[in-house]
Amino acid sequence: MNSYRNRQFQEITGQIKLIWKEPILFLFIVFIFYFLFTFVVFPIFQVIRYSVFIDGQWDFSNYLAIFSKRYYFQPFINSIVLGVCTATIGTIAGFIFAYALTRTPLPFKYFFRLTATFPIISPPFVVALAAILLFGRAGTFSPWIKNLIGDYSIYGLGGLILVETIAYSPTAFLVLYGVLEAIDPSLEEASMDLGAPRMKIFSTVTLPLATPGIASAWLLVFIQSMADFGNPMVISGDFRVLSVQAFLQITGMYDLPRGSTLAMLLLIPTLIAFFVQKYWVSRKSYVTVTGKPTGATIKNLEWYIKLPVYGSCIFYAGLVFLFYGSIVYGSFQTLWGVDSTLTLKNYVQMFEVGKDYLIDSITLSTVATPITGIVGIFISFLIIRKKFIGRGLMEFISMLTFAVPGTVVGIGYILAFNQSSVIMPVILTGTAWIIILLLIFRNMPVGIRSGIAALQQIDPAIEEASTDLGADSNATFRKITLPMIAPAFFSGLAYSFVKAMTAISAVIFVVSGKWNLITIAILGFVDNTQYAHAAAMSMLLILIVLLALGIIQFLVNRIGKGVRTTDIIG
Amino acid sequence: MKNDFLELKELVKIFGSGKDTVNAVDHVNLKVKEGELVTLLGPSGCGKTTILRMISGFELPTSGRIFIDREEVTSTPPNRRPTAMVFQNYALFPHMTVAENIIYGPKIHGDASHTAKKRAEEVMKLVGLEKLGNRSPSQLSGGQQQRVSLARSLIMEPKVLLLDEPLSNLDAKLRVSMRLEIRKLQQRVGITSVYVTHDQEEAMSLSDRIVILKAGIIQQIGTPLEVYAHPDNRFVADFIGKANFLETVVTQVISDEQVVIDLLGQQLTIPVVKKTFKKEENALLVLRPESIILEKKKPDTITGMIHEIVFLGNQMTYIVEISGQLITVEMSNPQECECFQKGEEVSIRLPAKSLHLLPWEEK
Repeated sequence: MNSYRNRQFQEITGQIKLIWKEPILFLFIVFIFYFLFTFVVFPIFQVIRYSVFIDGQWDFSNYLAIFSKRYYFQPFINSIVLGVCTATIGTIAGFIFAYALTRTPLPFKYFFRLTATFPIISPPFVVALAAILLFGRAGTFSPWIKNLIGDYSIYGLGGLILVETIAYSPTAFLVLYGVLEAIDPSLEEASMDLGAPRMKIFSTVTLPLATPGIASAWLLVFIQSMADFGNPMVISGDFRVLSVQAFLQITGMYDLPRGSTLAMLLLIPTLIAFFVQKYWVSRKSYVTVTGKPTGATIKNLEWYIKLPVYGSCIFYAGLVFLFYGSIVYGSFQTLWGVDSTLTLKNYVQMFEVGKDYLIDSITLSTVATPITGIVGIFISFLIIRKKFIGRGLMEFISMLTFAVPGTVVGIGYILAFNQSSVIMPVILTGTAWIIILLLIFRNMPVGIRSGIAALQQIDPAIEEASTDLGADSNATFRKITLPMIAPAFFSGLAYSFVKAMTAISAVIFVVSGKWNLITIAILGFVDNTQYAHAAAMSMLLILIVLLALGIIQFLVNRIGKGVRTTDIIG
Repeated sequence: MKNDFLELKELVKIFGSGKDTVNAVDHVNLKVKEGELVTLLGPSGCGKTTILRMISGFELPTSGRIFIDREEVTSTPPNRRPTAMVFQNYALFPHMTVAENIIYGPKIHGDASHTAKKRAEEVMKLVGLEKLGNRSPSQLSGGQQQRVSLARSLIMEPKVLLLDEPLSNLDAKLRVSMRLEIRKLQQRVGITSVYVTHDQEEAMSLSDRIVILKAGIIQQIGTPLEVYAHPDNRFVADFIGKANFLETVVTQVISDEQVVIDLLGQQLTIPVVKKTFKKEENALLVLRPESIILEKKKPDTITGMIHEIVFLGNQMTYIVEISGQLITVEMSNPQECECFQKGEEVSIRLPAKSLHLLPWEEK
């Protein structure tokens, strides 16, 4: 007992000594913890507090109210149903694509890969807008479909599943692509060698090995679908989902407790899905995704496999083209569905109305992106290479925002920063800073994750060699570590910029008259049924994002080698 | 007389298309007898694995035919061929236990019966895995994984067992013991086997016959002793064991089996195997380092100077300079031998029986 105490004591004094030796590092750690607590934990805590405290008392009446009335409870069921359907269909689509790209001699693989991942860089609700242009009341295909199946409406569950599948199956695709690529093809060969026909190889080897990956992909798409705000806002119609209802409660009814409670109902399933994915499914995995392709041998695939797989890929790629094509086409139409004379006036008008939004979006994203990137890479460096009390906690908190739906974060920011408090004496609401901080802390997890992955691949011996040759830890970090993690850093930058420019679900709560964003302007256009303007502005947004990716790609090419933009996004 | 069990006829495999083609396998003919273990040996890229993959059916030959037990299987898919392969990285199914891995083949063929299970147990016993059935492959050592892979193939009772560098992932000592084990097992079961390796020592120690390949072309087929003692060409001599090459001229042809050559002024009478030489023909003398004997300098002998000495414990290696050429000489049991100093002049004795003459060939 005594010796145990002694050891503990020694450990603590050791830590203090470390602080003494590296005081700047210690200060950094304190700062980072302060920011993580203030801008990640505190807002979520506020949401929880508002949902269970009424006048300073524990009170579950908000929850009871919601569960007592079908009307309030329905959005919860709807969101779950939507999440399950989207996750299932999206995972199947992603799997077929990943299978085609890793296990068949599909021609034009690069093209198909690009098509499969393209929806990631566009604002998600653009797909919903396209669905309205194509299948809405004045949609291009609507009369034709009406002839075929009778009266229908794109607004509702069916339409939502369609657009969310297109928007989020790329996530499933990327996960499954990594998994299938990592499965050693000699396992499938061994199975075949022992006499298994094609279907048996698939059912006894490929599928069981990919199962943890499939579960992972399913859960991630489920989280995204549950948390989606833009698409349901545009196309859900009478099908009420949690994210939109929480938003309406707060901005329409100013009912903060009820909005918070709905947000909690949204938070709980996504958090459960996230933890199941992170701590359970990923441990079941048989394959380690090393990023090292294993050179699959694709030989003599039978036509009855090629035909449906290729068919599905072509169909899906066609769908993606159709959707984004309709945005391009729609942006040049005089009045969608009525007057199809081609015109540039949408761009002119859109620019007049939206110029300020555009400038705000670019300004705020440009400020937020480098901070996100630098802090992200620094946190990943601390987590992987430094030892300090609370390291695990730091990793956990910084990953948390990844799983928390934007709506919850947005509501949390209102509740946390509308008034001054001990930890944040300045009222942030209405300033540019609240938007910038929100963008930073929402987009950081991906930067941290890619930083961690990059650092784990660097043998510490390389850094030790540098120290051994006389460089201090500062010089080693600048001259050795930094250049080696540069690709991860830039991919983090690219991702945060794309996400900052296309963000909507959380930022919609914190924008103000003074500082507004292009995505919210587009949503406004859609609300006013100014579809052509919305399409024009979406086009502009996509072009800006592509341009930014191009610039970052250019920088990466000059600094490091061999990282493609598609990889950056992935 | 055992019959030819596996036969490759004029087998060709060309990879790539248009201008960018590689002849990975070039008109290979091979007959393997029942119960025989034949090794395909060669440096990487010589086509040995491609041949194995054509026998198993994972690659289709560009031309040529494959017969197993007199039945043509050239275009039979891998899952319908009577072959079983032991993969280089074992390719054990990570989501199945050892026992499940082994019984996978019979189950695929719809045989999950009691006898199949019993056979699985027998096979596991055969390779020494009887207590590890419930383990998962990741809990096994490399050598044990190797045995599982072997057992999984053996349970199929294939007509031909194919082994693709099965020992290359093991450490040096284990490799030596496993190759003896594989050889014993193969002889006990009497299974016809084709074994691929780039390790000449491995090939020598476990094969009935060795096929030496270079750039897709068979260089020589023979027993380990044949290919070592009587290599067909410079490549084989160099690849199997160590060899010194000395240029020489045939000065007299005594018979089909004996010629006289001129080596640095000395006339040597040496035996000839499978080759014919003409008088005045240039030739290449192959000298194995261990067959050369160094002696204190005597008159009227081939002499050289010690250029370098390397002591390896069980042997002493001398690099000796003979009229501008360096040759390697290995003398075993150095404690019992006369030792020479660096720079010392020595006489070189060449026992006629261990000399081998090849037609002249550029390096």
